[in-house]
Formats: sequence, structure tokens, C-alpha cells
Amino acid sequence: MTAELKQPKITVRNLNFYYGNFHALKQINLNIDEGKVTAFIGPSGCGKSTLLRTFNRMYGLYPKLRAEGEINMNGRNILDSGVDLNMLRAKVGMVFQKPTPFPMSIYDNIAFGVKLYENLNKADMDDRVEWALQKAALWGEVKDKLKQSGLGLSGGQQQRLCIARAVSVKPEVLLLDEPTSALDPISTAHIEELVHELKQDYTIAIVTHNMQQAARVSDYTAYMYLGELVEVGETDSIFTTPKKKATEDYITGKFG
Amino acid sequence: MNLYLRRRIVNYISLALSMLAMAFGLFWLLWILYTLVKNGLGGLTPALLYMETPAPGSPGGLANAIVGSLAMAGMGTLIGTPIGILAGTYLAEFGQRGWLAPTTRFINDILLSAPSIVIGLFIYEVYVRQVGHFSGWAGAFALSLLVIPVVVRTTENMLRLVPSAMREAAYALGAPQWKMVLLISLRAAKAGVVTGILLAVARISGETAPLLFTSLNNQFFSNMNQPMANLPVVIFQYAMSPYEDWHALAWAGSLLIGVFVLGINILARTLVRNPSQH
Repeated sequence: MTAELKQPKITVRNLNFYYGNFHALKQINLNIDEGKVTAFIGPSGCGKSTLLRTFNRMYGLYPKLRAEGEINMNGRNILDSGVDLNMLRAKVGMVFQKPTPFPMSIYDNIAFGVKLYENLNKADMDDRVEWALQKAALWGEVKDKLKQSGLGLSGGQQQRLCIARAVSVKPEVLLLDEPTSALDPISTAHIEELVHELKQDYTIAIVTHNMQQAARVSDYTAYMYLGELVEVGETDSIFTTPKKKATEDYITGKFG
Repeated sequence: MNLYLRRRIVNYISLALSMLAMAFGLFWLLWILYTLVKNGLGGLTPALLYMETPAPGSPGGLANAIVGSLAMAGMGTLIGTPIGILAGTYLAEFGQRGWLAPTTRFINDILLSAPSIVIGLFIYEVYVRQVGHFSGWAGAFALSLLVIPVVVRTTENMLRLVPSAMREAAYALGAPQWKMVLLISLRAAKAGVVTGILLAVARISGETAPLLFTSLNNQFFSNMNQPMANLPVVIFQYAMSPYEDWHALAWAGSLLIGVFVLGINILARTLVRNPSQH
């Protein structure tokens, strides 16, 4: 089966988003393909993080934020008020800009999420923790100190711990919100390699300020500006032959 | 005069002024500690810990007052801490919308600065007069009313220091709010919350006013249903008396409270300094 015939994992239709009176996302239409990496680029404040945070309805934590339109995933509009947010977030994992390890041991950081959905015995939980840490390419570095605090790891290790934590509950989609912006180049390279590995099993949406990163890790790239989706397409064509002048200006560094 | 010289002079002057202010504050503290040690050390005998408060002229100690103080402060803390932690958690984690949280916060601030004698009078009116006699329980209730606002305030403040990114990370895993609060926020704020409780204990250990109307005093050991001896009121009574041996006991008691409060504060500091224990 070719990629074109596949159903997209997420389809966004006429999405508008408001911070109070501020119209932050304007008529967004977009498909996110299954098993692919879709990167969102654009200058600060263009709405790329806002868009990402609609996919797991994270915005719902704060008053006066609202989204209108449709975001369809697995045949359901996730913006419907009847959607079970906990189940949605079990399917859509997220990794944030700054590493956010919980104040507990490395092992418990992983087990925390798993325990929300599954009642595993000790041996199965051990296996799951190892599996998740393997997935995040962290196992080798922490296997002898699983009982130590997650806060004691380096920034890059903490971020991989957060990826392991997100992966541990076996989501279908991973949202990465500038996952490397607080990391040094070597840790960044680790995470980028990881994104390549992870797309075998997950649909990934990544927000990044770093255009080289978008070019390196993504299959599709979406360029956003002032709350609008300017252009979206295969990463290669966006970076070599953008259809719109605005996109070309941004990726060639004429502004932004 | 060149710019850098002027800056350096301004720097020296501000530094000197702040050192002076520090020395001024430290001077009184050290004087108090010195006076306590000088006058109290002589009275620190083993008898203090096992003999009851005496009649003037006879040998005795402070055992009933020490036990009474520990019992009432302990019970006051036990009653006040859960209420304080729950209320503080509500304010920081659940009270983002609506009028209830801001109102509660405002009233808590009033309670925090309420004179403790008013708290004592309040318990006297609603409890002591109803049951008809002074008691250890009344003292514990009055002290718990002093504990609550301190714990509410520190719990809320410490929870607010927990980065919202950590909360979002828990929500992003699909954790329900109560699990997030219990297992992430409160856990992250644990050292600070415990510090708040310790500071509340330190605060109530030396309180005299709320006990005057509630537990009063007792020359002998008693249970919580009777008037109960306690260090602050004993110190007050003995220090105001004309008897030399009572004065010595009052000084010894003051030294005990002083050292206890100092110890608790040092413990609280150490906890805040090593926050990554979990």
C-alpha cells in the first residue's frame, strides 16, 4: 500500500483557536500522516506550539482558551466535549521544551504513567521500564541506577527519560514541542536519531525553531506565520522548491 | 570624580549600611541567647525533667509543664496540619476559577495576622465556657487555629513553586488531577510543606496568650480534659513571682523553649537546603 492511499492519522479541518479575544490559529486545514514525522516551523508566536497543544487538548487546563473546528483522530473529533481526555492523552503523548522529570526515581518516572492504565506485576513492570528506556536509547546509561532520582540526570538524559515516559504508555502519536531547544548539540543529535527510530512505531509531530532540524528529521514540513498555515508539503520540496514566497523568505533566512 | 570610583564608593556605603543593619539585628538575638544561657543554665538539672512544678521554697522541676506543652503543641499540630495542607492544596491546585479561593486566601491572611490573644478568647467563648472548665483540649484547639493559617500559606506558596511544566507533563500522560496533585505536585513540594509545619510548631511552642484563656495552668500532671500545665504560662507565672527559686525555674524553662525553637528552625533550614530527598 502506498502512502498516498493511507488514511491520515490526524485530520485538522477549519481549526480556529482563541486566547480570550486573540485569534491565534486561523482556519487551519492539515493532515498528519501515520508513521511519519511532521515538523512545524515558523517564527515565535506563529501558533505552532498552540496547534500542537490542541492535539492532546492541553490548552483545556487554562481558562479562556478555546478551539473551534475539527481535529479528527481514529474517526472521532477530539474537540468534542464528550471526549475522555485521559484516554485521549493515553493515545497522544507529549514531550516538552524543558525536560520535566518527576521528583521520583528513574524507574518510578516510567512506572507512573504505566500504572495509570495497566496493573502490571513487578516482573512485567520491570520489563516495561526497560523496554521504554531502550526505546529512548537511555537504558545503557541508567540501568545500574534505576532507583536514583530522575532529577540527577543530565539535561539530555532527562529529556530522553521524558521520551521514555511518553512512550511507556504505548501511545499512537507523539507530540514533541521543541524537544531539543534546551539541549547541547550532542544531546540534540541523540534525540534526532531517536525521532528516526520512533517513527517506525509512532506518528510524530514536532515543533522546532531549528530549520536544519526540521529538514533532518521530518517527512513533512508545515510553515506557519501569524496563526495561519502558509504552506505544508514534503520536507524536501518545502526546503528546495517552496511554492510560496513567504516560505522561501523564511527558510532562506531573509526574515524570522 | 570618575564613574567607577563613584560606583565603588556607593557600593561600600550600601554594604556598610547593610552590615550595620545585620549587626543591629544579630546583637539583640545574641544578647537574648546570652541572657537565656546565663540565667537558665544553672537551673538545668535532671530534676527539671521528672519533678512537678513546686510550691515556693520546695524542690521541683518543670516535668508537668514540659509534658503539657508537648501534648498541646503536638495535638494542635495534629489537628491543624491536615486542615492546613488540604486548604493550601485547594488554593494552589484547584482554586483557579471562581470566588471561593480568593476569599479563602483573604480570610486566611487575616487569621495569619490575628493577635493570638483573640484566638484564645475565641476558644474561651466557644469551647471553655460551653464545657465549663479550662482544659488541655481547649489549649490544643487554640494552638491549632494558629497552625492552620501558617500551614495553608506555606503549602500554597510551596505548591506554586512547582513548575507548571511538571503538572502539564503529568496531564499529558493522561493522569487525572487528583493523582497529579497527590503524586507529583505535593511530592515535589514536600520539603517545603514539612518546613511550613515545623515553622508552625516553632510559632506555637512559645505562645502564652492563647493558653491563658484555654488550658490555664496546673501545678500537677493532668490529662487533656483538665487544666493543663505548659511552659509559657508557667514561665509567666514564675517570673512574675517574688520567689528566687521560681525565677530560676522560669529561666530554665525559657532556655528550654529557646533551644527547642532554635533547633526546629535549624531543622527547617536544613530541609529546605536539601530539597531533592524523596
